[in-house]
Amino acid sequence: MTNSKPVSAARILLPKAPTGIQGLDEITGGGLPKGRPTLICGSAGCGKTLLAMEFLVRGATQFNEPGVFMAFEETIKDLTKNVASLGFDLDSLVADKKIVLDFVYIERSEIEETGEYDLEGLFIRLNQAIDSIGAKRVVLDTIESLFAGLPNPLILRAELRRLFRWLKDKGVTAIITGERGDESLTRQGLEEYVSDCVIVLDHRVCDQTSSRRLRVVKYRGSTHGTDEYPFLIDEDGFSVLPITSLGLQHDVSTDRISTGITRLDAMLGDAGYYRGSSVLVSGTAGTGKSSLAAHFCDAACRRGERALYFAFEESPSQIIRNMRSIGIDLEPWVNKGLLRFQATRPAFAGLEMQLTMMHKTVNTFKPEVVIVDPLNGFIIGDNETSVKSMLMRLADFLKTKQITSLFTSLTAGGAPLGVTDVAISAMIDTWLVLRDIEIGGERNRGLSILKSRGMPHSNQIRECLLTDHGMELCEVYVGAGGVLTGSARLAQEAQEQALKLTRKQEVERRQLELESKRRALEAQIEAMRAEFDVQEAEAMKIIGQEQAQALQLVLERAEMGQSRKADR
Amino acid sequence: MQAKPTQSADQYLLRLYVAGQTPKCMTAFVNLKKICEEHLAGEYQIEVIDLLENPTLVRGDQILAIPTLVRKLPEPVRKIIGDLSNTERVLIGLDLQRRKVGES
Repeated sequence: MTNSKPVSAARILLPKAPTGIQGLDEITGGGLPKGRPTLICGSAGCGKTLLAMEFLVRGATQFNEPGVFMAFEETIKDLTKNVASLGFDLDSLVADKKIVLDFVYIERSEIEETGEYDLEGLFIRLNQAIDSIGAKRVVLDTIESLFAGLPNPLILRAELRRLFRWLKDKGVTAIITGERGDESLTRQGLEEYVSDCVIVLDHRVCDQTSSRRLRVVKYRGSTHGTDEYPFLIDEDGFSVLPITSLGLQHDVSTDRISTGITRLDAMLGDAGYYRGSSVLVSGTAGTGKSSLAAHFCDAACRRGERALYFAFEESPSQIIRNMRSIGIDLEPWVNKGLLRFQATRPAFAGLEMQLTMMHKTVNTFKPEVVIVDPLNGFIIGDNETSVKSMLMRLADFLKTKQITSLFTSLTAGGAPLGVTDVAISAMIDTWLVLRDIEIGGERNRGLSILKSRGMPHSNQIRECLLTDHGMELCEVYVGAGGVLTGSARLAQEAQEQALKLTRKQEVERRQLELESKRRALEAQIEAMRAEFDVQEAEAMKIIGQEQAQALQLVLERAEMGQSRKADR
Repeated sequence: MQAKPTQSADQYLLRLYVAGQTPKCMTAFVNLKKICEEHLAGEYQIEVIDLLENPTLVRGDQILAIPTLVRKLPEPVRKIIGDLSNTERVLIGLDLQRRKVGES
């Protein structure tokens, strides 16, 4: 992270020791101040010891900086056991001389103070431990126990001041942990002595969900993120989630991917969503949000892409069963390893935990498509601000990874259309709204596109039909009677059909009539022609007789002449 | 400074941890010697350990403060820190005060 940046003057002045802890190095611009003590304070159970231990372990394993852990509270055995759950094998690190663990035992009841003393014993002990492995990092956890174990705080304070100076002279990067006090950062005011870098850890419970936060209160000689950053402790150790480190510089893709519904693709400029965009599907209960998500999943898997489905309402098998009812079979994709479900109750963990788990799953599974169904599950009580910031981070994170994300959001009935419970519209690129249309005593689903950045999109409301072969969009009836859907639409269509039929029959009848008229006429013409033929024939006959008679007459006359032997 | 066993009867085994010959350590040694002579004549043994010379010994008795006087015997182990200038507290620390009261 820091390597890529140009080395600034401040960096030369203040070398830093990388912690190797995800996110913390980003916030501190490279790590803790090298060769100086850093104070980490926080109330009980907020992870001070773990943070310090991870600093040491990562130092020893990743940066070749051996470390000394001086524990004042936990025995070595307990400590080793406790951090084994984070995957740190202290025993082998100790055996490899990478880490020295030292438990300082103080029992107040065994100690009697009889005059002036100093802490030279501690110095010698620490010095010896540091020199034995050439340690570059030191953790004192929790040095404040000294105040409980040793009398005369005045001497202790002077000695601690000397200790921190000594650590600086020694050139080791040290972490000193301190219990959070009522009014000051630490009970004993250690922040007065350790003034180079102060990090406060906080563990708060809000509406029965806990979240851990980290804040760099002070970092002398360096810029640092000043916000409260949520962090998480899980099986891989510490991870801090910086919000501000995510800029808006992500590359965008012009690649378009199908929504899984042809008609919807058509509505979205004939191509579907942009790859790497955030899609929000909002709607009231039962409007088909999950079905839309399943279509998208199915389409992604068909393209051979990986899809990750975060389900916060239904179990994977329930989703698979339900989607089968509309003809989408997700199971083969799951078996093929293209689709993964991650189903948890939102209340299972705090927001940060959820977010970090999502980050982790995304990082390991490397999906092209991520579904979060639904967003609302996160809202417990009035934590809307934090949910919003969390989703913002999630959406940003997915965008930077060029992952297309589809979120579903349940809107309460009667709420304004453009308002989801989680007002995240600003970070959404394509927003589909599903709604109930109540006409004629029935509910029907209507789908419209509220917005879709960077593409022409339809402004029409389409009716969604959940059929046994998936979701279908069809045009709603828009006519004189207004917008009609469902059976009202069907009735209207039937009525029109009937009207059309009547008209058609009328036309046919007329055509028939015309035809018969023509036939009648033709018959008449035929009859007349026949009569004419008869008359013609008669006339011809008479004419023929006449001619024959005339000829006969001539013949007879000639015959007569011959017979009379008339003169020639 | 060397370990200085005074007499063979060593009911009290006392170990004084110091770090070099600092004024505080010297005072502690002088004070210890005086108290022992006064209250435990013939019953004690003092071992002085200089941690600058033997830094590895620092862990054994969990020494933080210098000077520290450790009563190894009789059990239980007691620790007395400081230059031992407050005699009364040293006696309490060594569990001598009560015994003295009991005796008188």
